[in-house]
Amino acid sequence: MKLSYYPGCTMKNAARNFDETTVSSLARLDVEVKELDRWNCCGTVHGLASDDLIHLAAPVSNLIRAREEDASEFMTSCAMCYNTLKRANQRVRASKETLSTLNDFLSLEETNYQGDVEVRHLLEFLRDRVGFDRVAARVVKPLTGLKVACYYGCMLVRPTEVAFDDSENPRVMENLATALGATPVPFPAKTECCGAYHVVDRPDIVARRTERIVGSAHDHQADLVLVSCPLCAHNLDHRQADAKRLNPDFHHLPVLYFTQAMAIALGCADAALDLDLHHIAPQPVLADRGLG
Amino acid sequence: MSAPIRLSSARLSRPFVAQVERISGQKLLACYQCGKCSAGCPMAAHMDILPNQIIRLAQLGMSEKLQACDAIWTCVSCMTCNSRCPKNVKIAEVIEAIRETVLRTNQRQDRLKLGDIPRETLAALPPIALISSLRKLSS
Ligand code: SF4
Ligand code: SF4
Repeated sequence: MKLSYYPGCTMKNAARNFDETTVSSLARLDVEVKELDRWNCCGTVHGLASDDLIHLAAPVSNLIRAREEDASEFMTSCAMCYNTLKRANQRVRASKETLSTLNDFLSLEETNYQGDVEVRHLLEFLRDRVGFDRVAARVVKPLTGLKVACYYGCMLVRPTEVAFDDSENPRVMENLATALGATPVPFPAKTECCGAYHVVDRPDIVARRTERIVGSAHDHQADLVLVSCPLCAHNLDHRQADAKRLNPDFHHLPVLYFTQAMAIALGCADAALDLDLHHIAPQPVLADRGLG
Repeated sequence: MSAPIRLSSARLSRPFVAQVERISGQKLLACYQCGKCSAGCPMAAHMDILPNQIIRLAQLGMSEKLQACDAIWTCVSCMTCNSRCPKNVKIAEVIEAIRETVLRTNQRQDRLKLGDIPRETLAALPPIALISSLRKLSS
């Protein structure tokens, strides 16, 4: 199976282990990933103002890139890119006038966008197209005994129009974790916001959120937290020292991309995991479970 | 005690109310003040005015108070309120519209200025954090 892929900026930088494990674990599932040529930043957030059309230009030009490669769909594993690209697509599809304004903005493009490309998230693709039973059949190193807290944050489940699972109690990541042999723990904070970009202007808020979210994962006996967003990953990983200052009883937990868990279970080369990029080292708990 | 809020019917028809309704695409009077938005807001503990109060003040045209508060910048558009409001009010869009009324003036009242972020902080942040914060907090 071939699949067009939009990585996103942070995946080529701070989250390159997310990018590399996306590609390497899909290869183990016989999915050949084709990175879109000349993709550009999606803009990271969807503009909420009804008259803000200019910020749709960046995501829509990526949809044009896919169309020009004859792809009727493409996948991204970054939750924020997924949200921004999908919402832009929904917005231009909902109004002929908006679509034609966007094509005017992008008049230097050789292709007019017609609204005919689908944006998929990797978790959705794995569930609906590969199937978790097929994932399970390819596991060579089951994550036995590894307790994981699956963290969705905001962008995979809200607004409800972009969600591909229940907005309040999604299960798709838990179902993947189970297929990999891991044990998902109950995790009430799984859709609570991490504070997102406030890490820039209000890191104190992100420290509070980290204390609450990682603290909840620890309270439910998780060994680590799985995420699908490079911003959530950065916040929940890098703000743990501040969380510990807020609450001396706070316990550090490693934060991994769900694709890293897949890569381990599917037997991908260790190099793709880039575990040295993590702030809270995942190696001790992985070694303890015989997965190091 | 904080200063009393003076209401007047003239405020209800101020251009501010129409501007917020236009930019947000929301009918402010749809809100019946149940408070569910504030109850589930992950940023509420850090806000000087709660989300339901923001909607109330917007209904009443209290532009000065809203444009000067911190809460409009604390809201991080997590959309929890939107997905739970029983009246389908898109609270996050209303708050974005109020931010826009500040950012769209010609005085460049940006909440975040790139030049103010220390170099070490900049170097430690992933692109996704910088781009999104500048998108939300500057004009
Ligand atoms: S949840 Fe909706 S109706 Fe209730 S106070 Fe908030 S905006 Fe108003
Ligand atoms: S969108 Fe803003 S107001 Fe609504 S719940 Fe999230 S942070 Fe609170």
